[in-house]
Amino acid sequence: MTKLTNAQIAWRAAQDIHDGAYVNLGIGFPEMVARFQPKGRQAIFHTENGILGFGEAPAPGQEDWDLINAGKKAVTLKPGTAFFHHADSFAMVRGGHLDVAILGAYQVAQNGDLANWSTGPKGVPAVGGAMDLVHGAKRVAVITDHVTKDGKPKLVDRCTLPLTGLGCVTRIYTSLAVVDIKDGRFLLREKLPALSFDELQSLTGAPLHRDGDVADLIVPEV
Amino acid sequence: MDKRIASLADAVSDIPDGAAVMIGGFGGSGAPIELIHALIDRYLATGSPARLTVINNNAGNGHVGIAAMIEQGMVAKMVCSFPRSADPRVFTEKYLAGEIALELVPQGTLAERIRAGGAGIPAFYTPTSFGTDLAEGKPVAEFEGRSYVQERWLKADVALIKAETGDHLGNLTYRMAARNFAPIMAMAAAHTVAQVSHIVEPGGIDPEAVVTPGIFVDAVVSVPNPAQEEDLNRANAIHPQVSA
Repeated sequence: MTKLTNAQIAWRAAQDIHDGAYVNLGIGFPEMVARFQPKGRQAIFHTENGILGFGEAPAPGQEDWDLINAGKKAVTLKPGTAFFHHADSFAMVRGGHLDVAILGAYQVAQNGDLANWSTGPKGVPAVGGAMDLVHGAKRVAVITDHVTKDGKPKLVDRCTLPLTGLGCVTRIYTSLAVVDIKDGRFLLREKLPALSFDELQSLTGAPLHRDGDVADLIVPEV
Repeated sequence: MDKRIASLADAVSDIPDGAAVMIGGFGGSGAPIELIHALIDRYLATGSPARLTVINNNAGNGHVGIAAMIEQGMVAKMVCSFPRSADPRVFTEKYLAGEIALELVPQGTLAERIRAGGAGIPAFYTPTSFGTDLAEGKPVAEFEGRSYVQERWLKADVALIKAETGDHLGNLTYRMAARNFAPIMAMAAAHTVAQVSHIVEPGGIDPEAVVTPGIFVDAVVSVPNPAQEEDLNRANAIHPQVSA
């Protein structure tokens, strides 16, 4: 059984973003979702430092360092780009104006709690906009490997790492499955066809429930 | 009225020891490098201003700008959301050695606290951080069935910001995403100094295009062709430069 690559997880998440959606992608892995917008749909991407509707990365050597995203990577202008200050940017976030936020995770609990900013008290703590993003977007989704590098579940009964937000996540796209969170339970929506329900359950830290058919998670090579 | 100041040194000459200083910029974009370096030069020449509290999204990168302020020992405390960067060693080493304090604030809360400070709103409620370690000790309240955390305004003695064009009255425009925290910091500080790439006569900025009205700005200093922090770091720049 081959699990999905990060690009394939990003591809699957991109299929659920509707035309015209205002979208914030967390820094790092979630930024990849922008590459897989289905043809005919155009999302408008928001970045916390104050840009709506930015374009892809410029060619090397063409960077303008006044035109960066929240990950401090260079981006480009597109027709219709808008700039705004930081308080307005987070009004867009907290004020319920974003349609979707897609974030990474260390752990997601069956009640929708998310831990994605701190792995514990060691080192220098840093939070950025993570705690703001989980509140306000109409839909907060997570993309992640199904298990940690040492094989422990990332979909858990209760988060043991410091929380980013309570009850905020509604859908998780993993390397093995698509899982919704509803009424404090994990609802399995899609799984890799080569994987049995019991195998998936054994890699998941809380019960997977079924509410109707579980679809095959089929993603092209990307 | 004319808010122009002749030199960078004059623009930062009144900042006292122990001041709270808001510094514009998100990473390198919008960082007022020349104002920061003028402040460092004053500190190295006179020992003042020392024990500063610096408010910025980050805690410096490399050995220029805010990182250089920290490296030279001028900063007692950072208020920021993300004290990491491509090269965060200066802050990290001092923090782990207990030589600098850190108040970690979620990014949107940081922005809104600054905005509230500038708008005369002493406290507000936000959903951000409810139920997390960063809400510990803060009042919470429920509104329309949802829980919120009370946060307080954030003000400063001085703001140092970078703008693109300024007129003699302090009206400002910015360049792309370099705007970030500057407009709200200009509101929240008792004394705001803007370095600008272009100075124009009153009337030289279309009133429809003014982003920061001059009422929020106390001093404007001309810095044509300002350094970009990212370029300095890519060139491994250090401030102050050590002569061989």
